[in-house]
Amino acid sequence: MQEILEVSNLSKVYKSGSKDLTVLSEINFSLKKGEKISIVGPSGSGKTTLLGLCAGLDKATTGQVFLAGADLKNLSEDEKAAVRNKSVGFIFQNFQLIPTLTALENVMIPLELQGESNITERAESLLSRVGLGDRMGHYPSQLSGGEQQRVSIARAFSNAPEILFADEPTGNLDDDTGGKVENLLFELNEQEGTTLVIVTHDSELAAKTDRIIRLRGGKIIEDSRL
Amino acid sequence: MSSIICGIAALVAINSFNHNLVKDVNEQSKSLLGADVVISGNRPVVESLQGMMDSLVGEKSSEVELFSMSFIPKSEETQFVRLKALEGGFPYYGKLSTVPDEAGTQFKTSKTALVEESMMLQYELSVGDSIKLGQATFLIGGTLKNVFGSLGAGASFAPTIYIAKKYLDETELVQPGSMVDYGYYYKVAEDFDTDTWKKKRNERFRNESFRITTMTDQRENLNEAFANLNSFLNLVALVALLLGCIGVASSVMIYVREKMPSIAVFRCLGMKGNHAFLIYFIQIVVLGCIGVVIGAALGSAIQVYLPVVLKDFLPYEVVMDISWRAISQGLGIGLIVSILFALIPLLSIRNVSPLRTLRASFEDGVNKRDFLKWAAYGGIVISIFGFLYSLTGNIKDSTVFTIGLLAAFGILYGVASFVMWAVKKFLPRHWSFIFRQGLSNLYRPNNQTKTLLTSIGLGTVVLATLFIIQGLLLKNVASMDAGNQPNMILYGIEKEQSAQLAEITESHSLPVIAQVPIVTMRLEGWKGRSKADWLTDTARTASRWAINREARVSYRDTLTESEKLVEGSFIGNVEKGDSVFISLAQMYKEALDVELGDELIWNVQGARIKTYVGSIREIEFNSMSTRFFVLFPNGVLEKAPQFEVLVTKSPDVHATASYRSEVVKTFPNISVIDLGSILAALNDILNKVSYIIKFMAGFSILTGFLVLLSSLILSKFQRVKESVLLRTLGASRKQIFTINVVEYALLGSLSSLTGIALALIASFLLAKYMFEIDYSILWSPIILMFVIVTSLTIFIGMLNSREVLNKSPLEVLRKEVG
Repeated sequence: MQEILEVSNLSKVYKSGSKDLTVLSEINFSLKKGEKISIVGPSGSGKTTLLGLCAGLDKATTGQVFLAGADLKNLSEDEKAAVRNKSVGFIFQNFQLIPTLTALENVMIPLELQGESNITERAESLLSRVGLGDRMGHYPSQLSGGEQQRVSIARAFSNAPEILFADEPTGNLDDDTGGKVENLLFELNEQEGTTLVIVTHDSELAAKTDRIIRLRGGKIIEDSRL
Repeated sequence: MSSIICGIAALVAINSFNHNLVKDVNEQSKSLLGADVVISGNRPVVESLQGMMDSLVGEKSSEVELFSMSFIPKSEETQFVRLKALEGGFPYYGKLSTVPDEAGTQFKTSKTALVEESMMLQYELSVGDSIKLGQATFLIGGTLKNVFGSLGAGASFAPTIYIAKKYLDETELVQPGSMVDYGYYYKVAEDFDTDTWKKKRNERFRNESFRITTMTDQRENLNEAFANLNSFLNLVALVALLLGCIGVASSVMIYVREKMPSIAVFRCLGMKGNHAFLIYFIQIVVLGCIGVVIGAALGSAIQVYLPVVLKDFLPYEVVMDISWRAISQGLGIGLIVSILFALIPLLSIRNVSPLRTLRASFEDGVNKRDFLKWAAYGGIVISIFGFLYSLTGNIKDSTVFTIGLLAAFGILYGVASFVMWAVKKFLPRHWSFIFRQGLSNLYRPNNQTKTLLTSIGLGTVVLATLFIIQGLLLKNVASMDAGNQPNMILYGIEKEQSAQLAEITESHSLPVIAQVPIVTMRLEGWKGRSKADWLTDTARTASRWAINREARVSYRDTLTESEKLVEGSFIGNVEKGDSVFISLAQMYKEALDVELGDELIWNVQGARIKTYVGSIREIEFNSMSTRFFVLFPNGVLEKAPQFEVLVTKSPDVHATASYRSEVVKTFPNISVIDLGSILAALNDILNKVSYIIKFMAGFSILTGFLVLLSSLILSKFQRVKESVLLRTLGASRKQIFTINVVEYALLGSLSSLTGIALALIASFLLAKYMFEIDYSILWSPIILMFVIVTSLTIFIGMLNSREVLNKSPLEVLRKEVG
């Protein structure tokens, strides 16, 4: 199988006053298309930093990231944005919906940014698949947390991404709702054949993936396939 | 806080300036009038009044004022001037300010002229050069820096020249029919009661068309003029303050909304609603106090600049002192109004539910009958009324102003709400995401769109109305030049000069469109009663001006294109011995309150002529031609002393200049008025008037932009968050930039379009009912306003958006950085 994400010798050092703070050090791993992995570890272990670097949201201090065939190091911010728009989907812990847009409009954003036309049908179908077919015209403030995360999932799949990054997707939800959202995420992922990267504290959620990368103190301490 | 500073600064600056202006009006009015009593009229004083004038014991001066062409030999140019020929020691108070100093007294004994500074500069004249007035040539003795009031009406755009009265005859400018004003100046003993003297004799003087002005009149005139100027300026400052307060209210609203979670936590921990309210109220009051104090300090500094802006309207130099009264007034009203405005959003803190800690989207109980909120609204209205009452001292005026202000804001706010609703409702869904996103930013949480539409819109209304009206007035005058319409009038032509003048005109290839005879006469009686009898009749309906005016009458046998017969029939010729039927202009007929067939007796320079109203004409005022309130038929006035007016059309300014020069050289007594000069003078006057309005409207727009800035700063967090999210989802920098530009362009264009739409209505009403001129939409000022306001809004918006554009997409994960 072809590799969709390749990380080699990745390090991230932040300046903290006169001191250097190493958040990630010498990270190496790669992902094949369609793989489902989870990145786990205690708070401050560098999980989210790693996710940001893999998605081209931040610049590495050293090392390389190849995302969907592109070497992120050599790309400008706009070129990285284009890669994300074409090949990447995101799901965030706090949903990150635009409050002035309806559920349907939020789902359409990635395709709108591509300049695609006739996208309403796809967005409507995705919202129906996440069970919000009757809430399309509602604004985020009119939806519950679970519903907002379902809109966020529909948005993540709207541009048919090759890889999907989910940052604590159930972190803000109760167990019951969280469970439903998890199922939905895996179901859609299965149907669309997307590679899935989940950052989580939740060991139950991590257990549902094919592979777990465990971080501690900015280093990979375990990379196991289930 | 910046918007309240701006409002208070405007208020304090204007109030301080006003206090400085009126503080020594008593002293200044004396030196502005120059004498204790001034008697003026448009003919030499009649014998019946001379005896009464002699009862004014003291020093006496006299002056003859007329408008005429002057010729400058040095450059062979001509200029229409106001000539004042003076005799005696006037001015008794103040002095004619001249360079050199001694020229102000020397001209009374030598054949020298004092020429107004503007004319000296325009023609590069210097002391010692000569100037020809009528048939006489004078040496320029000095530059005139100040001018004492005009005796006649208007035409202040002609520069003034002073000569000694004893040389006036040499100019031969005073001819039968010349428009001349006569003034008599008196300085009386200090204990002489000029007001009582005037009271006893005023009616007699008025009946003979003479006006008496005393120091008291001058003081009242000045006070009235200043009161009007002050009311206008204060009203504009109040508008700036209110806009600032609306800015305060909306900023506080956003602030309170952001603090809702903390307030909910306090409430959850057991804090009472009123206590939570007090925490933020004290904070806002302290901030308000700081803003008001800075505003007052800034206003005191700005007032130094105001006399520069208003210098064309001020009769004397104003010495600027710090006015503590103005500062305390500004502080008082500013603090009260800003706190009242801030109270409206602050009061909602009392109702914040502790449930918000659990559910952020929980809606607080809204009490529509919140008494305190309504009390705050009431307090605002009462404060505005109170402030206006302290300015005008008149309950009716203050009520009208308060209602007017509330209505103006209400209309703007209503229009702004409607525009927002319409844009949201009817926006085409198929527009690209970038445009829709830019637009939806106008509804983002914490938006201040309505406040901005109101404040920037208000400034735009004032400015656009001003530009449109100014343009319309100029266009109406300029349109007189269209086609074959005449654009030059020569008057003061003696009968024997007529033929030669026509030859000169034709030699310059200019057409003699009309040569019209003019005979001056006065009304002596009508409807069987004498003028004196009518004047003592308190029940008469005829206006005094119609009775007393010196009529300039013409005679001919046909009506012109600009005249339309509305009543009776026009009789163009009369045989000796027949009854004389004359034609009156509609306006004059109404002023005199006469009907067809009524008898009118005229005194034509000593000879009495009995006439009857034969017809009524309506006269169009859309062309530069001669118009007569009274028109005689041929066969009556041919032998009466008369002068002529010649009407022609010049193709360009060069032809006008060379023709005017030859006419004035050949016939110095003839005055030439051309449309170009009238347009230039009108433009000059309009520019002066509009400058001050523009300056004040600027305050309103400035406040609008300050509100825009504060709105951008307050919503920055939300903007950064959204822009970062879009960057994460793959938006390019260009796309984010375009979304921002679209938002500000929409905001700017909606504000300016709202303002322009209201300005079109306002200017239409002003043009139709106040100026009574033809209305047409002038696109250039409208487009200019639109472009300026929109570009400025985009500029300010983008200036503040750099941070939004430059944020790293990682921000979206920051809260979760592990």
